Amino acid sequence: MKPRIPLGERIFDTTNSLFMLGLIAVTLYPFLYVLFASFSDPSELIEHRGLLLAPAGFSLESYKYVFENPMISTGYMNTLIYVVAGTALNLTLTSFAAYALSRKGVRFVGPIMFGIVFTMFFSGGMIPTYLNMRNLDLLDTRWAMILPSAISTWNLLVMRTSFAGIPVALEESARIDGANDFRILFQIFIPVSLPIMAVMTLFYGVAHWNAYMDALIYLRDRDLYPLQLVLQEILISNNTDSMMTSVADVDKGLIQETIKYATIIAATVPILLLYPFLQRYFVKGVMLGSIKE
Amino acid sequence: MKLLREWSRNKYIYLMLLPVVIYYVVFLYFPMYGLQIAFKNFSPAIGIWGSEWVGFKHFVSFYESYYFWRLIRNTVMISLYELVFGFPAPIILALLLNEIRKRVFKNIVQSITYLPHFISIVVVAGMMVDFLSGDGLINQLTSLFGIPSVSFLIAPEWFRTIYVSSGIWQGIGWGSIIYLAAIAGIDPSLYEAAKTDGAGRFKQILHITVPGIMPTIIIMLILRFGTLMAGGSLEKILLLYNSTTYETADVISTFVYRRGLLQMDYGFSAAIGLFNNIMNFILLVSANTISRKINNTSLW
Repeated sequence: MKPRIPLGERIFDTTNSLFMLGLIAVTLYPFLYVLFASFSDPSELIEHRGLLLAPAGFSLESYKYVFENPMISTGYMNTLIYVVAGTALNLTLTSFAAYALSRKGVRFVGPIMFGIVFTMFFSGGMIPTYLNMRNLDLLDTRWAMILPSAISTWNLLVMRTSFAGIPVALEESARIDGANDFRILFQIFIPVSLPIMAVMTLFYGVAHWNAYMDALIYLRDRDLYPLQLVLQEILISNNTDSMMTSVADVDKGLIQETIKYATIIAATVPILLLYPFLQRYFVKGVMLGSIKE
Repeated sequence: MKLLREWSRNKYIYLMLLPVVIYYVVFLYFPMYGLQIAFKNFSPAIGIWGSEWVGFKHFVSFYESYYFWRLIRNTVMISLYELVFGFPAPIILALLLNEIRKRVFKNIVQSITYLPHFISIVVVAGMMVDFLSGDGLINQLTSLFGIPSVSFLIAPEWFRTIYVSSGIWQGIGWGSIIYLAAIAGIDPSLYEAAKTDGAGRFKQILHITVPGIMPTIIIMLILRFGTLMAGGSLEKILLLYNSTTYETADVISTFVYRRGLLQMDYGFSAAIGLFNNIMNFILLVSANTISRKINNTSLW
């Protein structure tokens, strides 16, 4: 026997589903608009008013400018360097810290933990941090994009909790076989914590890909600019001139708009391609963080 | 002897700790030492040590400046807007998602609403600048209904609304994860019992689901109070504001950025930063202490 669903609940269910569809539309449409606009013919796009449900005309012109623009290709290269080198350093130092600080019977663990956690609550602030970087001669170097964010304290705490849950027996049997702590970390702890290592890799990797503030503060040399800083110039400061040296002045205003859209797509595609992995592991990461204590 | 034995047994562990400690000391504690320039007439040529002490001069001149109250107001208002509008949004979404019967549909909604969280703030701000410009998509749409065009990004009265609503757009799905997890942790037998007592779905939401996630809501709320003086995200405000919207958009951190890094007024801006950090510190520690008392959950 099928229970009758009361009218009120049916109305609620329908409204709820419609609301979710609306939410999907509001979330996705800005990206779709940008995608359609990026493939549009600049002169037709400028005529068009309102929503785009398909490209207005079709043109790959703007992508040509994006791919030929040296600022974007250097930006891409630099970002790749920062992502790879930065994440490698992040993972090494975070796992060192998580391992060392979750061992029993090690001296100074208490005070070191206090010193680390304290930095989550108080910091020197932007200006002293900038002056410190200057004293260290790190301004305008690639190190400026890697070293200041070498460890995220939050990630460290999550990884430490996870390492602390690994059975002591595993560690002890390896030690009897003569393994030292580096071998125990790399050959036992990391292999048994692969899911959390994946979460950490993605947390750190996406943070480096999207990093913007450090570049804004520490870098003046345009050859070192990461993609996000190049994007800021093109999207916010409206500076597309560097891309259009070969374009006649009359056409500049026209194509400027579509170049912006193509730039957004070019800068977002890597994240979108990785998104299925990102989503799965990030959600896992949020859970790990929330059940920490 | 005992010390030496312990040392040799754990020598690799200390070797691992070494770069970690160096990192925290050099990149996080050196700047704290450098905070003394807040009390000095700092000149980079002389260095931190050589610069003369001026006591609380910078703090006093900040307090007496005409923008002091504007900065405090804007900083608190951005956080309050986020609290009032941004905080409930993911909770409501989680409650509504939980009522979706079709698993596949629910998963699709989740996957899509998490997406904006991964998009860089520069891209999000870039899209907003484009859509909200005088001739942008939003104005094209409103003009269809005869509404006159608004230059949103140079209108101070629009700044907070734009800042907070885009924040909801970007964070609502992601923020709902923690509440969905809390809902998943509710004992199913409670729902069974309610059903046999004849409670409908609305009653179940009101009397089981909401109370079930209340501890999570309270913790998140308390932690949110800890960021009341943080004034939103510095990056995002820097990308969206301009001199015409300072009236509502300029917060303490953006002011420190301009005075310190653009005008190189180091001592003064370090003092303002320190003032803000101390406020944040007090709020965060109190929030944490309260949260630990109530629910045994805290940041540390």
